[in-house]
Amino acid sequence: MPKHLWWRSGLVLAVILGSLWYLYPLRSSINLGLDLQGGIHLVLGVEADKAIAAQTERVAEDLKAALERRGIAVRRVAREGNAAIAVQLASAQNWNDALTVVNEFSTFDRRDEDQAAARFTLVMQEREQQQQRDLAVRGALEKIRNRVDKFGVSEPTITRQGSDRILIQLPGVQDPERAKALIGQTGLLEFRLLDEQTSVEDALAGRLPETSEILYQRRRDRESETERKVPYVVQKRTLLTGAELTDASVQADPNSPGNWQVSITFSAAGGQRFAEITEQNVGRHLAIILDGSVYSAPRINERIPGGRAVITGQFTIEEARDLAIVLREGALPASVTMLEERTVGPSLGRDSIRQGLIAISASGMAVFAFMLVYYQLAGLIADLALGLNLLLLLAALAAFGGTLTLPGLAGIALTIGMAVDTNVLIFERIREEMRVGKTPRAAIDAGFTRAFRVIIDTHVTVLVTALILYNFGTGPVRGFAVTLFTGLTASLFTAVFFTRLIFDILYMRRRKLERISI
Amino acid sequence: MIQLFPNPSYDFIGKRRWAYLISVVFIAIGLASMIAKGGLRYDIDFAGGTLLQVRFSEPPSVERIRAALARIELGDSVIQEFGDAREFVIRLPLAGTSSEAIGRRVQEAVAADPTLGQMEIRRIEFVGPQVGRDLQLQAVYAVIAGLIGILIYVAIRFDLKGGVAAIVAVFHDVLVSLGALSLTDREFSLPVLAAILTIIGYSVNDTIVAYDRLRENRSRHGQLKGSTFAQQINVAINQTLSRTVLTALTTFFATGILLFFGGKVLEDFAFALFVGVITGTYSTIYIAGALIVEWTSYVEGRVRRPKKAVAKA
Repeated sequence: MPKHLWWRSGLVLAVILGSLWYLYPLRSSINLGLDLQGGIHLVLGVEADKAIAAQTERVAEDLKAALERRGIAVRRVAREGNAAIAVQLASAQNWNDALTVVNEFSTFDRRDEDQAAARFTLVMQEREQQQQRDLAVRGALEKIRNRVDKFGVSEPTITRQGSDRILIQLPGVQDPERAKALIGQTGLLEFRLLDEQTSVEDALAGRLPETSEILYQRRRDRESETERKVPYVVQKRTLLTGAELTDASVQADPNSPGNWQVSITFSAAGGQRFAEITEQNVGRHLAIILDGSVYSAPRINERIPGGRAVITGQFTIEEARDLAIVLREGALPASVTMLEERTVGPSLGRDSIRQGLIAISASGMAVFAFMLVYYQLAGLIADLALGLNLLLLLAALAAFGGTLTLPGLAGIALTIGMAVDTNVLIFERIREEMRVGKTPRAAIDAGFTRAFRVIIDTHVTVLVTALILYNFGTGPVRGFAVTLFTGLTASLFTAVFFTRLIFDILYMRRRKLERISI
Repeated sequence: MIQLFPNPSYDFIGKRRWAYLISVVFIAIGLASMIAKGGLRYDIDFAGGTLLQVRFSEPPSVERIRAALARIELGDSVIQEFGDAREFVIRLPLAGTSSEAIGRRVQEAVAADPTLGQMEIRRIEFVGPQVGRDLQLQAVYAVIAGLIGILIYVAIRFDLKGGVAAIVAVFHDVLVSLGALSLTDREFSLPVLAAILTIIGYSVNDTIVAYDRLRENRSRHGQLKGSTFAQQINVAINQTLSRTVLTALTTFFATGILLFFGGKVLEDFAFALFVGVITGTYSTIYIAGALIVEWTSYVEGRVRRPKKAVAKA
């Protein structure tokens, strides 16, 4: 056997062994998409504008404090819209001083100045807004990842999609409601005093001071599964947030048998603050608010040192545990909305994969048989190449951690089609060359050489399409593009390199070649 | 040795007027169907909404399910048998409540009617309106970008005429397939989108094979002396005819099996592919080459006409 055949055979062997290595063990090596496996697929939209509004709010407070420290009287410093702060000074006297203070807030631009009226507006710079938005999404991604980790899902996918979306895939999870509650909760914990000067009736009738708002407590009757909302009049000012939390754990609720509560521990600074708050407000009610809902509003009987508090709310053990996870991991930087949600039961995933696989194997088999009958020995070689192509494709998916979905199966189907076509092109060409009277050996040579250019053209066109689809598409379109791309690259190797090698091994050594089986 | 078309010399280009007529009729029927039905029917992937796939322990009566759902007032629900008589897909318009709440209410409504038996929810999907619209747009962008990519590549490797004709042929195939989807009342979903992308790939592949042969024949001097451009294209199509038909046959078998045995999940996908393979093969033989002939004779006509005018004057 000539030397070049040895290294070519070696290369093919190495590729086969490498593929097998990546594919072992088959069960766990290829990620199946949720459409094939069952599980939950969620797309969350991060309301980044709200994070910008919160940031603007904070800056407005800082600015007000900074102006007052410099002895500049202000009439109003308030957020307007998402990213603007309206400033109204008491008089135009300290205009220049005020501007010096304002210039320290370098991420905001001054607009609509009116020195005579002593007012101006600050607007957050576009770049800063972009950055805040990005931070909000990245922060949310990180927090959600931590929560899901604690929830205990094997192999979750949590990725950013576009500028403000988060894609979450939880294979095998069968309790979507619980998973969604855990993931979608903002988790903003606040402690605020009740407004005990205003009665609930007055507040509901609209007689509400500007510093207070109505928040509701959800009381659930577990037997009838009904929910009732109890209104509270709560001061807008937040005394303490969950940001000062160091731990949250689940305990049995001593006052309500069968229910659970969450015990929280503050940091040293937070504990100090909590002690102060309780000391100054003995006799009043302190509302514990999570994501805008009141959980409880116990009366403060005495100063509470030690930095511990409990949140009660007739929780089941799962609810309490999930709440503890959310509190421990901290609040999301911005609230999220559910944009897309798909839950596929495991039985359905199994059914569709079984049926799909049966159909795909059957159609593969039909192609195999067809090639064998039509091209005989050459058909068998093409079939081997096809098998090798599938092996390479699956190995590539396993190696790069690709996910196989239904549209991905479509990509495989097109790949098989094109791989067969490549061999058909070559074989038809060889037959043609033999018809015009070439010897079998010359015909093989000419067939491969002549067909090569068109094979490159067809492959490159489709590869270009696959690349573009990958760049422009999302999710399923990408899955399609990935299988198509890897499949076609593999097909260049198997349908051209591998079949040529087999032909060479079979025919090139013989001194005299009368006929070939094609 | 089995041999399809051992020495074909069919006059495909000569029959191109018939081919145009057939194509126009098919596309017109498809478009008319789409217009009559108010556009393609989008699956919730693209339209947004809530979808439940449920399976009953016994084959239930659809009227009973409908009555049960009407009682809980979830809006205009569409109930379809899916696969076998026990399995159904229920589509609901977008609702404010969570999909679990909807699932629970459906479950309760069904439980209230003892004749319906046990029901298992196998799949719940909710797609918000924003996501659906984005998916639609992105799919369109991806397809357009893909077509432009093909156009550029073919124009570089062959010529602009070839690129444009290939794109028109691809477009033709996509239009016919979409029309067939509309005629058979199938929904445009993500897997169907994947099928359309596959059709694009298949169709352009097929067309390039014929082009390549034309280019090769033209680069060998002498052989084509005295033949018109139309004849040259005819020769190229004939020479590649057995490969075109062979590949079409294998793909045809493969997608046919997928269509008839792949189950409900793959059905629409396989159907689109099935139609796409047929029209892709047809457009390679009758449309792509013919368009280049058309273009060439138009250009030659324009070159010749001014000369005649000069001669008269």
